[in-house]
Amino acid sequence: MNVEQVIQCRQLSRSFGSLQAVDHLNLSIPKQSIYGFLGPNGSGKSTTMRMLCGLLTPSSGQVEVLGLEIPRQAEQLKHQIGYMAQKFALYDDLTVTENLSFMAKAYNLPGKTQAQRIAETLSRYALQPLQKQMTGTLSGGQKQRLSLAAATLHKPKLLFLDEPTSGVDPQSRRDFWESLFELVNDGVTILVSTHYMDEAERCHGLAILDHGVKVADESPANLIAQIDASVFQIEGTSIMPLKHQLATCPEVLSMMQLGERLRVLLSKKIANPQDYLQRLLAPIDQSLRITPITASIEDVFVMATLHRQSMPPAEKSVTTNASHF
Amino acid sequence: MISFGRLWAVFRKEVWQLKRDRMTIGMIFGIPIIQILLFGYAINTDIRWIPTVVMDSASTQSSRNLISDLEASQVVKITGYVQTINEIEAQLRTGKVSIGLVIPADFERRLQQNDRAAAQLLVDGTDPIILASARQLTSLQRHQDTQKTQPSSTLFSVRHYYNPERRSAVNTIPGLIGVILTMTMVIFTSISLVREREKGNLELLINTPITSNELMLGKILPYIVIGFFQVTLILALGVWIFNVPIVGSLAEIYIVAMVFIAANLTLGLLFSTLAKTQLQALQMAIFIMLPSILLSGFMFPFSGMPVVAQWITELLPLTHFERLIRGIMLRGASLSELLPELLALIGFMLVTLWLASKRFHKRLD
Repeated sequence: MNVEQVIQCRQLSRSFGSLQAVDHLNLSIPKQSIYGFLGPNGSGKSTTMRMLCGLLTPSSGQVEVLGLEIPRQAEQLKHQIGYMAQKFALYDDLTVTENLSFMAKAYNLPGKTQAQRIAETLSRYALQPLQKQMTGTLSGGQKQRLSLAAATLHKPKLLFLDEPTSGVDPQSRRDFWESLFELVNDGVTILVSTHYMDEAERCHGLAILDHGVKVADESPANLIAQIDASVFQIEGTSIMPLKHQLATCPEVLSMMQLGERLRVLLSKKIANPQDYLQRLLAPIDQSLRITPITASIEDVFVMATLHRQSMPPAEKSVTTNASHF
Repeated sequence: MISFGRLWAVFRKEVWQLKRDRMTIGMIFGIPIIQILLFGYAINTDIRWIPTVVMDSASTQSSRNLISDLEASQVVKITGYVQTINEIEAQLRTGKVSIGLVIPADFERRLQQNDRAAAQLLVDGTDPIILASARQLTSLQRHQDTQKTQPSSTLFSVRHYYNPERRSAVNTIPGLIGVILTMTMVIFTSISLVREREKGNLELLINTPITSNELMLGKILPYIVIGFFQVTLILALGVWIFNVPIVGSLAEIYIVAMVFIAANLTLGLLFSTLAKTQLQALQMAIFIMLPSILLSGFMFPFSGMPVVAQWITELLPLTHFERLIRGIMLRGASLSELLPELLALIGFMLVTLWLASKRFHKRLD
């Protein structure tokens, strides 16, 4: 392998009581990339991230981050990483500059570098006009920029961003992602968790997590190319009867209504899917139009999590037990 | 290893936050001023003017003399006259009076008989302090006897050391320093870590290289400074308003106060690591406050407590501080004479700081 791996973990597991939050996770994250965790709430994204930066002790498994063994060497790691929590974690009752100044001192930046770094960061994240403002009065987007500024002030090699854009408007999210790519360009590796599909698609590598299990791990483009379903768009005049008809059919893996259209994922087992749909639906709607379309990351996500949900419970409990003992 | 830069980061952050917290600033100065004025004037163990009702069935010159002698003692205040015992009992029951004076119809005859009491005091015994005061009344001489020379029957003569005027404030004010510091200091730090946890700041803090010790010390130091202000404020008010003497060394008073402040702060920190919410932390602070105030010797003399209670109170920092501060301030004792008490405080501080540091993990699990 010619690319340096920043994070490597093997058989990483963590349980809270009887709940298996993370289940035998293997990860390998290359340097200078944005690696995304996509998954619903409770899929183990935050737990994994916290274990990787040493905030949580794994129930079992090995973790190596930046060549350090975690959690044993977690304190050494702290100097080299930046972390942005899901919830805004800076002090509401300090000004923007005071928060940054606190973080600079917390990372022991030398006096001269400190002022210079703070000035740099303020301009980079367009926070100059807000310098003296009380942090609690900032807008969601401004708070998020400040969090990123605070997390990168000490120039970390690795950034952990736990759902950094939840509750932030689309324009702020776009700007935020531009900043992330700039950081990667500077040599930073970023691990980001999200449940926004458009963000997931922008990552270099993407792991889809579901109930603590990694169900996919590839570049978004490859994931889309390798999707195990045919995707069709169906237009017609009477959507509801079409939906009812499709619902009876086990080969239809998923469908989603978009206004007057349906997006349908069909099992690859069917040899000629367009004809199949035509035969199935033509008797219901005369003005039917069926077009094959390219899959999206959302389709990939649906497929990946679908597989897991339909797994028989017995099999699931076997894997859970194995990780415990 | 403690990094001075990171310690400074935490210290400065606490000061910034404190500066904007008007309510807390108000409490820092308001609590000592209000409490010293309130308790300095209010707490008084010299009981005077106990409400008393009289049933004078004799209604003679001697009985009226007895009543005026009683009033002249300033211990009782006659609030009314009744005709029956039942009325006295009713007034005692409702709490209108604490003493009922019963002068029987044959008062004159009884006065002549030395083997029988001439009159009776009915006392509400629920408050031992009032009961004790009422008992003092029994030493009152018969009115007509006061003209005669009587043989001296005193076994002891008492000389009051250190507080010749027997003013309660002299005892109360130094004690209040300890009580006020306990109240403010424990509360300040008991909520400090929990608040960070509740507001989500802790997840950020534990991801920085700031160590547990740096965090603990950085949170304690600003309050030590505040404690010094409070001690100065109370001492100044005590000397100016209540004329409390400072017999011992002022420097030693401050040394003792500093150790005591630190002990309370570390105790608060320990609570903060144990509590999940600010409310729980406050409950723990109150849990320690009440026994401190009641059992430390601030309110009641230590000597009256059962041995087991005395052992328990030895664990409270306020107990040792009360002995130190009264010793140095009122009796002019030197610190070297009271060294075991100071060592006890230092020991308490070190143990709680160690426990708090041990309890606080830079982990979420």
